[in-house]
Amino acid sequence: MRAQFVLSEIGVGLRRNLTMTFAVIVSVALSLALFGGALLMREQVNTMKDYWYDKVNVSIYLCTKADATNGDKCAKGAVTAEQKKQIEADLKKLSIVENVYYESAEEAFGRYQEQYGDTAIASVITPDQMPESFRVKLKDPEKYKVVATAFEGRDGIESVQDQRNILETLFNMMRSVNYAAVALMLLMLVIALMLIINTVRVSAFSRRRETGIMRLVGASSFYIQMPFIMEAAFSGLIGGAFACVLLVAGRYLLVDHGLNLAEQMPLVNFIGWDVVLAQLPLVIVIGLLMPSVAAFIALRKYLKV
Amino acid sequence: MIRFDNVSKSYPKQNRPALREVSLEIEKGEFVFLVGSSGSGKSTFLRLILREERASTGQVHVLGKDLARLSNWKVPHMRRQLGTVFQDFRLLPNKTVAQNVAFAQEVIGKPRGEIRKAVPQVLDLVGLGGKEDRMPGELSGGEQQRVAIARAFVNRPMLLIADEPTGNLDPQTSVGIMKLLDRINRTGTTVVMATHDQNIVDQMRKRVIELEKGRLVRDQARGVYGYQH
Repeated sequence: MRAQFVLSEIGVGLRRNLTMTFAVIVSVALSLALFGGALLMREQVNTMKDYWYDKVNVSIYLCTKADATNGDKCAKGAVTAEQKKQIEADLKKLSIVENVYYESAEEAFGRYQEQYGDTAIASVITPDQMPESFRVKLKDPEKYKVVATAFEGRDGIESVQDQRNILETLFNMMRSVNYAAVALMLLMLVIALMLIINTVRVSAFSRRRETGIMRLVGASSFYIQMPFIMEAAFSGLIGGAFACVLLVAGRYLLVDHGLNLAEQMPLVNFIGWDVVLAQLPLVIVIGLLMPSVAAFIALRKYLKV
Repeated sequence: MIRFDNVSKSYPKQNRPALREVSLEIEKGEFVFLVGSSGSGKSTFLRLILREERASTGQVHVLGKDLARLSNWKVPHMRRQLGTVFQDFRLLPNKTVAQNVAFAQEVIGKPRGEIRKAVPQVLDLVGLGGKEDRMPGELSGGEQQRVAIARAFVNRPMLLIADEPTGNLDPQTSVGIMKLLDRINRTGTTVVMATHDQNIVDQMRKRVIELEKGRLVRDQARGVYGYQH
């Protein structure tokens, strides 16, 4: 097969169908950008899960002096050194507990300052207002209930919190956004496929003279179909490239600049550029293959060989 | 070269079959006229040879191959050994004469050097030497048909199928086309030509096959167009 001949045929075909080609490129770009976005969102959720689940499981907040005056849980006053020792010992006895960290009021205060240093509330908080706590890491994070029933309501304990609950809400929200993105992607994908099929049909019709002659002189069906499939693949490739640009720009504008989430939300560790770049080849390959397969299927119907 | 054994062809949604139990044989190097009124089955006969259709019953052999048992992907290879010419020329209007002929070789992947040699040769043969760079629109009907014949013949087919090649041409031009087809036939290529042109058939005195309502009603060596005309 002679490349020059095939390439010139593709060029003619694409120019003849310029508006259609443009529509295909845009719809492929959007659906692939959504696809890539959904993948990245999932990566983001996973990264955050790994990061947070590793750090926190259950927090047991101990009573402070302030709690003793305004809460009924700590009616017996601030936690004593005795109680702390007992709680720690009991925690370590539990077989499901992997590790127990103690966080003093000063440490809690330091962490708080670090996170909310600039805000107004941080300047009026003093170390003795921060609760001491035990950070308990469980072998199986699902066994939270066991710790909760054992320690909730005990003297000197303000509350037992499964910190996963807070994260789960966030993750669930992200997942919902993800599902919405996937649904939108599927819709765009269907539109893209219909556009491709229609483009191929128009293209096959406008070149029925050529294909008819090719058929008569015995050109192989591969040779006859090739320009059409390459046309679709070419549009798909451009669309895929646009999708990549959208993804890179998206990460750039959301995280690094523009919205600048990286600085706004220091607690969230965002996915790195490596993860974003790793998705791009997949986006390109799908952009190349999906339209080609659609064109191939459309040709079976509209181009009798 | 071509053998029909009890071939019938019916199309869906048509109660009368287009061909009914046709049996005949065409030898290598023959020149055969296919005559009959419109709807007699001439086109179906040609389409079966080109394997654009498959026979409903019976067997069609072309170039020694049973077309019913020829798989789809081998059909292009079979068609490379056939040349086809139509009433409406079927040239590409945006390509020159030479490009039109070269197209038939390009699309089956012939090497460029071979194409460059074969195209002027075949254009000389059909009497279009010097008109390589003209566009089909600038040519007369007869010349356009010569381009189509050049395209059909450039791959040196064993068999040339012509479906009313003179149907759009005046009598004088038609004679020129027939001389050309006769010359091609003399190189050893079998020619099967469907026609309505009584004068041509009567002048050429070749084998005549007549179809009527899908049946073979006459197969005559050195025949004429019809008794009643």
